[in-house]
Amino acid sequence: MSRALGWLTALGLAAGLVLAFGVAPREEIQGNVQRIMYLHVPSVLVAYLAFAVVLVASVAYLARRSEAADRLAQASAEAGVLFTGITIASGAIWGKPTWGTWWTWDARLTSVAILFVMYLGYLLLRAMIEDRERAARYSAVLGIVAALDIPLVHFSVYWWRTLHQPPSIFKPGPSTMPPVFLVVLLVNLAAFTLLYAWFVTKRARLLRREHEVFA
Amino acid sequence: MSYARRAWIVLWKDLVSERRSKETLNALLFFALLLLFLFQFALGDDRERLKAALPGLLWLGFILSGLVGLGRAFLAERDHDCWEGLVLAPGDKSAIYLGKVAGNLLLMLVVEAVILVLFTVFFNVDVAGHLAALVAVVLLGTVGFAAVGTLFAAMTANVRAREVLFPVLLLPVLVPVLLGAVKATEAVMLGEPLGTVARWLQLLGAADVVYLTVGILTFDAVLEG
Repeated sequence: MSRALGWLTALGLAAGLVLAFGVAPREEIQGNVQRIMYLHVPSVLVAYLAFAVVLVASVAYLARRSEAADRLAQASAEAGVLFTGITIASGAIWGKPTWGTWWTWDARLTSVAILFVMYLGYLLLRAMIEDRERAARYSAVLGIVAALDIPLVHFSVYWWRTLHQPPSIFKPGPSTMPPVFLVVLLVNLAAFTLLYAWFVTKRARLLRREHEVFA
Repeated sequence: MSYARRAWIVLWKDLVSERRSKETLNALLFFALLLLFLFQFALGDDRERLKAALPGLLWLGFILSGLVGLGRAFLAERDHDCWEGLVLAPGDKSAIYLGKVAGNLLLMLVVEAVILVLFTVFFNVDVAGHLAALVAVVLLGTVGFAAVGTLFAAMTANVRAREVLFPVLLLPVLVPVLLGAVKATEAVMLGEPLGTVARWLQLLGAADVVYLTVGILTFDAVLEG
């Protein structure tokens, strides 16, 4: 099952790469730099998915105290932090030639950065508690607070300032993006979602083995 | 014993122990005074620059003293082995949480009032003209701060590296409260009516509700030790 998922992920990522570099046309204004979008946008969406999974798993843990839910929360948080990191790094690489700066305190950059430190804190809290059961409980509480904080962070930072180009897909009205770009983006999104699922299943299994060994 | 009465007992216990020991309050007031020196050193004599930075500095003062004060919220329970007492207390544990939040809220409000007075004296800020609006903003911001701070203080009380972990967890979560409070304070200090910052106040209100609700629902799991 996990192996099939792994191969599917590899296939999806390969297809995504071929499409992003071979099929998608060169963007007129930004040039080849624009192709970073096929990495940048899927990673941030998958990061949000990961943190939503952390929320659900945390609630499930507190309700049922199942260790599987706790392992899912931890695995998903780790993957989420990884994808948030990829988002920030790829955004910086895109921002330098496009905006002329690696980093700016724009609304969406700031809110993703806050997300990043929030969930780094989550992983830090886990690492600091030896007792597994207590680590699971505290992390679950933090996972819930952090996830519910995301919309608050989003709105506050958005009202604070914005410079980022407005979203191209998730907005009312028909998409302005040419269909080719959209298809390539969606294939990459699917590939990244598979990659996330594969990471999480692998990590959760690893955690289970770890617990079995130390139990 | 009713829910409200149990919350009140926790609050009363904290107030009495604080009144007798004056451990936290004295240190916090002194700390607030020192912060004022730091702000002055950092910004120098430029009145204009100071004035522009005042709302941010004011909340920086609240946050820093709050971090120090809130971090100690459950130390008495931990050090004097009263944690079991809290766990064994009958009934819904969220009453304990609300009592603790109320105690922390009072403590922070006292410190904040003092900081505000210090600011008016040393930085020549005129707050008297729009005191009511300012109090509303400070109250809305501080409730959220105390709500999530109390929850995290209980979580980090028994954890290694508590002093570092508490602010590291709390600050990112509090960003919306900070931004909203600073923006609203800025407007209030410029003499604008509260209506112009309605959406910031709504955001602060929403944050307060979210944090308090999560705290009430999850405190039981935190208290288990």
